Amino acid sequence: MLTSSRPQVDHWRAFRDRVRDAGRDERANLLATASAQVRRDVLTMIERAGLGHVGGDFSVTDILVTLYAAVLSVEPAEPDWPDRDRLILSKGHSAAALYATLASCGYFPATELATFMAPLSALNGHPDRTKVPGVETNTGPLGHGLPVGVGTALAARLRGSSARTVVILGDGELQEGSNWEAAMYAAHQQLGSLTAVIDRNGLQQGARTEDTNALEPLADKWRSFGWTVAEVDGHDHAALADVFSASTPDRPTAVIAHTQKGHGVSFMTDRVEWHHRVPTGEELALARAELSR
Amino acid sequence: MIESTNLRPADRTMYDCRKAFADELATLARADERIVAVCNDSVSSSNLAAFRDEFPDRLVNVGIAEQNMVGVASGLANGGLLPFVCAAAPFLTGRALEQIKADIAYADRHVVLCGMSPGVAYGQLGPTHHSIEDLSWLRAIANLPIVVPADPTQTRAAMRWAVSTEGPSYLRIPRSPVPELFAPDTPLEPGRFVPLTDGDDVTLVAAGTLVWRAVEAASLLRIEGISARVLAAPFVEPLDEAAVIAAARETRGIVTVEEATVSGGLGAAVAGVAARYCPTRVRVLGIPGVFAPTGDVEFLLEHFGLTATGIADSARSVLADAGR
Repeated sequence: MLTSSRPQVDHWRAFRDRVRDAGRDERANLLATASAQVRRDVLTMIERAGLGHVGGDFSVTDILVTLYAAVLSVEPAEPDWPDRDRLILSKGHSAAALYATLASCGYFPATELATFMAPLSALNGHPDRTKVPGVETNTGPLGHGLPVGVGTALAARLRGSSARTVVILGDGELQEGSNWEAAMYAAHQQLGSLTAVIDRNGLQQGARTEDTNALEPLADKWRSFGWTVAEVDGHDHAALADVFSASTPDRPTAVIAHTQKGHGVSFMTDRVEWHHRVPTGEELALARAELSR
Repeated sequence: MIESTNLRPADRTMYDCRKAFADELATLARADERIVAVCNDSVSSSNLAAFRDEFPDRLVNVGIAEQNMVGVASGLANGGLLPFVCAAAPFLTGRALEQIKADIAYADRHVVLCGMSPGVAYGQLGPTHHSIEDLSWLRAIANLPIVVPADPTQTRAAMRWAVSTEGPSYLRIPRSPVPELFAPDTPLEPGRFVPLTDGDDVTLVAAGTLVWRAVEAASLLRIEGISARVLAAPFVEPLDEAAVIAAARETRGIVTVEEATVSGGLGAAVAGVAARYCPTRVRVLGIPGVFAPTGDVEFLLEHFGLTATGIADSARSVLADAGR
């Protein structure tokens, strides 16, 4: 099990306070800067490992950064704090983006990112909660996160805690039926503390979701299951922060975050082949240049 | 009846272990407010009505949705609760196998998975409802102790063990009727068989609903001058390797007995240990690689040679092969 990095925790706390005190535009700028750093870290991790899911990492980065820097009540120095908010990354193949974000909060030293997928590293290609502080459950196979999130939100209510639970789902992952079992039950239980964020990048591993097993009308599906639905630009940090601050007391909320796979690097954006391609040579240099602007 | 400190005096009143399960669950829940029951519309078949009435807020009934049920249990544990997941064994283990692997065992959650009515308990309802594969499926998963109680006493002991031990476990709760077999203070330890009779001709290793039939088989053999060592195997995982090795050394053959497929369950585990450390004849009794025909529990057990006389026949056959 990795342990927290105190200086980084202090830095993250100061950053979080700046984000919270800032006006809307300044908040967006601060979060965009943090997201660019996470994307650069992800690129380096994938380059070293020679493996990874850069497309889905980049589509979910702005969501993760906004949640950890502006929304979630967590304590990276005490990751098992019982009343913490829980974030569950159901699309576990985007582990690199999660690890880079957790490291930026000080859950573990950023130097560990260099071990991503190396032999015996804690940082497996899919998250393992028994090794990485801040990881709430072990994901990788799709369709697991929402049921675990429903149980987590139920436990908080049974214990009288106001902690919230956020589950980030890939859109292609919604083809797994277990999500809809969980969606029915969350609404039945009136779990207002539960938020499902759908990283709606429109692509799955092999093709567009709409060409594989179409999800639309997606918002209507969630509404018909009894959820409150919000739609947002998943790369607009200020809009994301706004949408996450709203909730309905007796209904779970589905945030459909419209994103692009590979967002942040022009030649990766909305291209299915970047689901798990590894950039090399000139591509890396170009990607770094774009992420440093 | 053969005498053993672990055996109760012979009494053939038969019990459905789900009653002991329900009583013990309520007792445990009164003492430990973390305990919640999670089920899949199985309040009646898991005998949870009294629990629901006493602890209405602590029964999580997800409806007919086993993958969600196991995921929800993992989440409840994440939130500091201690879930007992109660569902018919075939659907708990089959439908939610990947959730059991990823959300419970790999994630190392203190969740007690309770497979109700395993084996051929559902008799005439057919192979879709028989849970004969659960032991094989779950033995392949790391970090998941498998407990197969043989009577009401051992059912209660297994539940207390699962509460007191951090991490996941699978309890296989019998529905097929069994007598009270074990003395109340019989110890239950991971990786330990419970010796029921001494013997140096043949060893019978049995789990769950068939343990009492193995004891009866030993009585039948004793009349013929064959001494059978009977070992109850409450833990299929971790297995009592030392007891298997001793049996292989000290008797001339082993017969394993379980209400499950012969592919990958208790018998396969015992045979594997014997083959590795002390090769001997091992006869694996169970459901032999087929889907069961239509019939009630007693018919099916007789059909597959899983009665006392069938087990005794197999013991004689092992000894004949060994050159007795």
